Amino acid sequence: MSVTVKIPTQLRDLAGGATQVQAEGSTVGEALESVFAEHGELRDRLYQEDGDLRRFVNVYLSGEDIRFLDGLQTAVPAGASLTILPAVAGG
Amino acid sequence: MAAKQLRCRECATEYPLEARYVCSRCFGPLEVKYDHQTTADIGEVRRRIQGGPQNIWRYHDFLPLEGPQPQTRTGLPAGCTPLIRADRLAERLGLREVWVKNDAANPTHSFKDRVVSVAATRARELGFDTLACASTGNLANSVAAHGAALGMDSYVLIPADLEEQKQLATAIYGTNLVKVRGNYDDVNRLCTELSGDRENWAFVNINMRPYYAEGSKTVAFEIAEQLGWEMPDRCVVPIASGSLYTKIAKGFQEFVEVGLLDGDIPIMNGAQALGCSPVAAAFEQGKDACRPVKPDTIAKSLAIGNPADGPYALDLARATGGSIDSVTDQEIRDGIRLLAETTGIFTETAGGVTTAVLAKLAARGDIGKDERVALIITGEGLKTLDAVRDSFSAYEVDANIDSFEAAFAEQGVSV
Repeated sequence: MSVTVKIPTQLRDLAGGATQVQAEGSTVGEALESVFAEHGELRDRLYQEDGDLRRFVNVYLSGEDIRFLDGLQTAVPAGASLTILPAVAGG
Repeated sequence: MAAKQLRCRECATEYPLEARYVCSRCFGPLEVKYDHQTTADIGEVRRRIQGGPQNIWRYHDFLPLEGPQPQTRTGLPAGCTPLIRADRLAERLGLREVWVKNDAANPTHSFKDRVVSVAATRARELGFDTLACASTGNLANSVAAHGAALGMDSYVLIPADLEEQKQLATAIYGTNLVKVRGNYDDVNRLCTELSGDRENWAFVNINMRPYYAEGSKTVAFEIAEQLGWEMPDRCVVPIASGSLYTKIAKGFQEFVEVGLLDGDIPIMNGAQALGCSPVAAAFEQGKDACRPVKPDTIAKSLAIGNPADGPYALDLARATGGSIDSVTDQEIRDGIRLLAETTGIFTETAGGVTTAVLAKLAARGDIGKDERVALIITGEGLKTLDAVRDSFSAYEVDANIDSFEAAFAEQGVSV
């Protein structure tokens, strides 16, 4: 299923300058894997060595933090939008 | 200036002192690093501070600004708020010595004027013409006011259900007030996205966050100076994002490192509302990161469900032998009242949280008999009037003495 992934400013140079890319997958994790298949350097920026998201990376599915859902296992409907953002803002 | 670079707290990658808040390698937060002269004559450093203006710019050498000390009679100078020895509060709680740092006594009535002063000044140095922020209310007041004082446009984004007083006390300054249908974390997400595309906007708590956060150190600087260059044994500080809490400790630490203070930094106690207590919950569970929550509390100024500095707040509480506790909405109301009745200071809900946590620590026996405790009161009670509505009764009388005396006699009170 096709999903739109919005790339944050800080990572756009690793995604060929794109502000968003198309991904395939039925979960958040699968969709991100398909992005890494195109843009391999992004994996290390977003994931820890144990394969989980880095603690200062937030991923939102249609505006909802995936940690309120099922994390990387969260199912993504076709046409959904994933947004990756730094977590250190605000306060 | 003594500030030398930005450095990632996670992976130590360094960056120049520009409008950048996140490490592009690991997404960790960036923090200002300094190269202070440690060989200077300490008496001279103290005299230089004491000879400075009655606002945060007296600590200019410890803040991340390039230019000379900012003009102190322009803009909206913050800081130099009272530190009051609160003997009646201490007695009520069975403690020896409690000091209240009353940061409601700032230009827009909260500690946020400290952080916004630094962020706005740095933003001007970097060439920005527009201020912006994601806010739970107090920051909104301060950014709008600083925009007005400095002649900068401003965009202030808040949750749509924010207290009316905080909306009014923002809009009056002529800002662009944007009410976002969602909670603070939704506002913050929107602002984080916006900041990536609005390169001429200085979001004080996003792309200017490393500079903004440094302003909170001045709370510690002032307390130490007001105590005669000594530290309290313990500080009780509210936690929303965890930035104030961690930066107060950094402030004490920097003064120790340059030789202005001796000893260990205080035991640091964090205070959260139970209805939004991701950091207190992680502390209790022994975890080193916070699980985000959906806030539901009257303490809206602390209602950040996804606190950016949560992991560092947890580290700090454990490293100093402190704790992070939470209190119920009723305890918050009681805390507001306790502080008001014993000190004459009317604080907002966040101060109610902090006072209630102090009372909780005292009741639990966590505070030693000889301790000197500092209670950090961050905001003004007039901004959250709903929290205390219907919490008292009044006598209503006709304008004659019989009616006056009858009203008290009805209650069995002799006056």
